[in-house]
Amino acid sequence: MSFGNTPSAHRKKRLTQNIAFFIFRLLSFSVVAILVVILGFILVRGISVISWEFLSEAPREGMTEGGIFPAIVGTLCLVVGSMLFAFPIGILSGIYINEYAKDSWFKRFVKLMTNNLAGIPSIVFGLFGMALFVHQFGFGDSILAGSLTLGLLALPVVIRTTEEALKAIDNSFRIGSLALGATKWQTTRRVVLPMAFPNIITGLILSIGRVSGETAPILFTVAAYFLPKLPSSVFDQVMALPYHLYVISTSGTNIEASRAMAYGTAFVLIVIVLLANLLANWLRRYFGKKVKMN
Amino acid sequence: MNSVETKDVHLYYGDFHALKGITMAMRKNQVTAFIGPSGCGKSTYLRCFNRMNDLIDGVRIEGEILIDGVDIYKSSIQVDDLRKHVGMVFQKPNPFPKSIFENVAYGLRVNGTKDRQFIEERVERSLKQAALWDEVKDKLKKSAFELSGGQQQRLCIARALAIEPSVLLMDEPTSALDPLSTAKTEELIHELKENYTIVIVTHNMQQAGRVSDYTAFFYLGELVEYAKTKTLFTNPKDQRTQNYITGRFG
Repeated sequence: MSFGNTPSAHRKKRLTQNIAFFIFRLLSFSVVAILVVILGFILVRGISVISWEFLSEAPREGMTEGGIFPAIVGTLCLVVGSMLFAFPIGILSGIYINEYAKDSWFKRFVKLMTNNLAGIPSIVFGLFGMALFVHQFGFGDSILAGSLTLGLLALPVVIRTTEEALKAIDNSFRIGSLALGATKWQTTRRVVLPMAFPNIITGLILSIGRVSGETAPILFTVAAYFLPKLPSSVFDQVMALPYHLYVISTSGTNIEASRAMAYGTAFVLIVIVLLANLLANWLRRYFGKKVKMN
Repeated sequence: MNSVETKDVHLYYGDFHALKGITMAMRKNQVTAFIGPSGCGKSTYLRCFNRMNDLIDGVRIEGEILIDGVDIYKSSIQVDDLRKHVGMVFQKPNPFPKSIFENVAYGLRVNGTKDRQFIEERVERSLKQAALWDEVKDKLKKSAFELSGGQQQRLCIARALAIEPSVLLMDEPTSALDPLSTAKTEELIHELKENYTIVIVTHNMQQAGRVSDYTAFFYLGELVEYAKTKTLFTNPKDQRTQNYITGRFG
């Protein structure tokens, strides 16, 4: 049946649509495929070395035997340290920019700078961290210096995440609160932040994923080539997963012999990041439900 | 007795002259309706009374606005105190993503009330005043989002009443509601004027006729005519008012 269109015109429209959608679908699938291939590749090659020993012991025999426990601990220390630094500053800046700052040249300037900060290559952060934290402040190669450097890297992501989450809250909620005699701070604290919280926390955890995989910023600020003992203070050096991976794939004493260890390390790193993403997802749904209730 | 009184109020959005010298007084415990075509300035004028226009960048206000005899634009006025005194209900119901109870308690809490028993009593009383109590008394802990649109709007009215304002501003409070909820809300307005001075902006002339004691007609930022509702609708003095209420424009 047709309403005025000739059958051939009709067929042509259909065909065009089908071709277009086929291309879209193909490209979407290829994105998924790339991820699956990467994960599969690492999994297949890395899974064989994963064992309790691998996860709980230090490397031995020129890093061809043993495990990666010090690197796991080191990465966890750096993630926690950088977040202690980046979360408070980033979240408060995001709140300031979105809730308090009037639309002025200063606000635009701060936003521009935040975006520029996000665009700086991570190796530059590494150099800066070395100059400022390691030498100027005299922290030496240490967890403190590395965490601060990674924190700087995460800062623009945290600020942007907070800002976007706050921007998504409809203005009618703010106005409703202000109209009841609430101050701006009460409105932000009691209405806006609880609503934005699920999205903020998601963004924060995604930034953890980013930070835990960074190599360049820790290269000159904290990462140790080989250090089997665990840190005892924030002024100690540590091994870290991404740097360890780099070392045993490029400059180990016996690269061929440590190949399997490299895939194992990559596997653990990926699992940590994936777990962080899953946690982010779960938290968003958990708090999303909770926010509506209270 | 006058509850709200304005003298030669001018308002500018940047270069745009939105209110052009409005002088009028709204009586205590009466319902005053603002009518007029879209963009005539009636909502803008209403938002001067609780200084909601302060939130918009580039707004400049001249003239004098007195609420219960106090100049609300003088520098010693704390805006949050003023807004406690002048409540507002908006066009679209905007309950917070909290429980029904917490929505009504919110205004008390932000204004420093901690006494639990007092809060509970006040929440109940406000919900009763807003004719919502019977529908929600068994689910006070449930999310306000589970209520229907009409119930949400009555919740917002209860929320505004809980802090005992003296003036209640309503900015097209029924324009997002179905006819049944609208009728309920109008009935409510009728009851509320015993204790509150109500100023309502409406697009709906029948509504103005039904709920208000006085009606003001605004056109292009000017107050064209202001009279007892019955007089304004049956015997308008200005040609523009006549044209508007007979549906010749708007």
